[in-house]
Amino acid sequence: MRGALACQELVVGFGGTEVLKGVSLEVPERGITAVIGPSGCGKSTLLRCFNRMNDHLPGFFLRGKVWALGRDVYDPSWPVDSLRFAVGMVFQKPNPFPMSIAENVLFGPRLRGVRGREELAAILEGSLRAAHLWEEVKDTLHASAFSLSGGQQQRLCIARALACQPRVLLLDEPSSALDPIATAALEETVAELATQVAVLWVTHDLQQAARVSQQVAFLYLGQLVEAGPTAELFANPKEALTEAYLTGRFG
Amino acid sequence: MTTRCLTVKEGLPGRALAFAALASALALMGGMLLVVVAGTFHGLWPRELVAFTLAGGDQVLGEPWGEEPDPGNPGGKRVRLKVGNRDLFGQDFRYVRLGEVVATSKPREALALERWEYGNFYGFPVALKLGEQVLAPGDPRFEQTLATQLAASYRTTKRLAALRARLSRVPSQEEAAAMAELVAQLASCTLTVRTASGQEKELACGDVVRLWWPNRMGLGAKLVEFGRRLWEFLSAEPRESNTEGGIFPALFGTAFLVMLMTVFVVPLGVLTAVYLREYAGDNPFTRGVRMAVSTLAGVPSIVFGAFGLAFFVYQVGGAVDRLFFATTLPTPTFGTGGVLWASLTMALLTVPVVVVATEEGLSAAPPEVRDGARALGATRWETLRRVVLPYAKPGILTGVILAVARAAGEVAPLMLTGVVKLAPTLPLDGTPPFLHLERKFMHLGFHIYDVGFQSPNVEAARPMIYATTLVLLVLVVLLNLLALISRNKARKALEGGVL
Repeated sequence: MRGALACQELVVGFGGTEVLKGVSLEVPERGITAVIGPSGCGKSTLLRCFNRMNDHLPGFFLRGKVWALGRDVYDPSWPVDSLRFAVGMVFQKPNPFPMSIAENVLFGPRLRGVRGREELAAILEGSLRAAHLWEEVKDTLHASAFSLSGGQQQRLCIARALACQPRVLLLDEPSSALDPIATAALEETVAELATQVAVLWVTHDLQQAARVSQQVAFLYLGQLVEAGPTAELFANPKEALTEAYLTGRFG
Repeated sequence: MTTRCLTVKEGLPGRALAFAALASALALMGGMLLVVVAGTFHGLWPRELVAFTLAGGDQVLGEPWGEEPDPGNPGGKRVRLKVGNRDLFGQDFRYVRLGEVVATSKPREALALERWEYGNFYGFPVALKLGEQVLAPGDPRFEQTLATQLAASYRTTKRLAALRARLSRVPSQEEAAAMAELVAQLASCTLTVRTASGQEKELACGDVVRLWWPNRMGLGAKLVEFGRRLWEFLSAEPRESNTEGGIFPALFGTAFLVMLMTVFVVPLGVLTAVYLREYAGDNPFTRGVRMAVSTLAGVPSIVFGAFGLAFFVYQVGGAVDRLFFATTLPTPTFGTGGVLWASLTMALLTVPVVVVATEEGLSAAPPEVRDGARALGATRWETLRRVVLPYAKPGILTGVILAVARAAGEVAPLMLTGVVKLAPTLPLDGTPPFLHLERKFMHLGFHIYDVGFQSPNVEAARPMIYATTLVLLVLVVLLNLLALISRNKARKALEGGVL
């Protein structure tokens, strides 16, 4: 399977209910792919399949295939922690850890056993620069991460994910808790990152999807209705359901 | 506006009832504190010596400790007088009927001596003998010489005691010579004193701890003396079956016990809570364990004491003795009460507090933060250790300090597992291996019980009870305050600012 991420005939559910009902999708190795759809359509569940974050939830089951970087995510020779190093994730709510800014960023590398002082310093600066946060925090690296504003915290979470040098970033509505200025800063940051890594961005904000993404996938009630280049899908949706959603007739 | 007035009116009876309950609770607590503080002050404040001349011509000298109605003489009053001189009178206190008093005075030359044995002496100086030289109270150098001689003898006595304490079983010649010299020094000084009733008594200067002239002290001198007594109370060892001297070993024993208990209870309680909340999930087993833990918190402490005695002391301690100390059997080493078994028993007693508090603390870590750590490839254990535990820290701290406060105040289980009335040695000292976990120890709570209710000389011990109670109260309040501060600090660190 090609692409940074892919799934085929993916059925996922919890207990007795199926949340995803046979989704097949491919995410290219560069650029931003947006996942849109009404609340409860399974966007987040789909996202969390690629780094196996659903595995911990009670009653979880999965059928079909999921690949990341061309490799089956359930390949027994691929430990889940190295999968998660390669596939980073940023959550809806900023979730800094109760430690300093620097320790937050270096959390992942330290888990992997990176100990060299200079190497860690390089990772710290590089990740914070890539997340457009370096200039704001370079003098307060040892302050608590809770001292940052919401937008800064979210960019810190991106830096934290980047510190593991992932090749894919999963973003689960990362700007839903941010104000418009912080959102703009975040979009700019991710757009720049997307030249290096694949980004799968779940959003409920159609304008945001139109602004930032190169591809869009529309998910409805656990099924992939339509996917394609952003400009095309927004201008000429092939499915009536897509058009109805885009024009705001439901959702 | 109308709504607000109505609410106030309607809520009035309930509000008044609740306020009354609060007020009585506060009054009770304040009253208790007042009694304890007043008792301590009453007991340690230096008093003047009053000489009473009685109708029959008898002279009595002592510290008046308050007047009370005379049960043998309705309508009359009597004064409780600390006359000291236990070696001569048999008792420290006697009652003097005020109706029988002919004259009262406060003689300036009255002297008080605190002695190593037989309690205080109250009376008048007669002569000071230094070798061949004899000084009478009329001599201008008398008081100065007496003070320096007594101070020197006090230091000599201390040195002699220190020397005896580290003496080898068969003293070497040097040791014997050094001791003989100190003994000779002490023998060269004697003080003759006279009681109010005219009895004379010769005291070796080495028998005296301190000398003071109670009727010559101004307010400043009294304050200094009060502070000195307070310090002696906290820092000195008890004498005369705990009715005199200080409570230092009990204070030290209490602190040592709770520290050792903390060492045991923190890993046990925290890991139990971690297992229950983080690993076990919600099922009949964990619900059962939780119920058992909260039931454990309600079990009377004497039951823990009995268990500690049966299990730790006899079973575990007995086994340790058979394995490692077989040569000294049948004299037990670990097979008898000791600070190790007492602290293990207390750890068992307080583990529910720590488990409950830690569980609460663990639930303070938001799920999205746990997710964040897992998404970075952290295992469950790494997430727990590096991300969840910092969130749980305020809760854990609260639990630990509550446990410590509980252990500091507990008495019953300790009586069965190793506390004693008088421990000759501390569980931590300068002799190898420095840490003596098998030793018995003293404890403030037990000290109160012992001094207050088991003492052969309850009257003399009374000030000690109040003061010991105050120390225990202050200790527990301080520990709770510490819990509050550290929890707030940890909380603040989580909310933002400097970590």
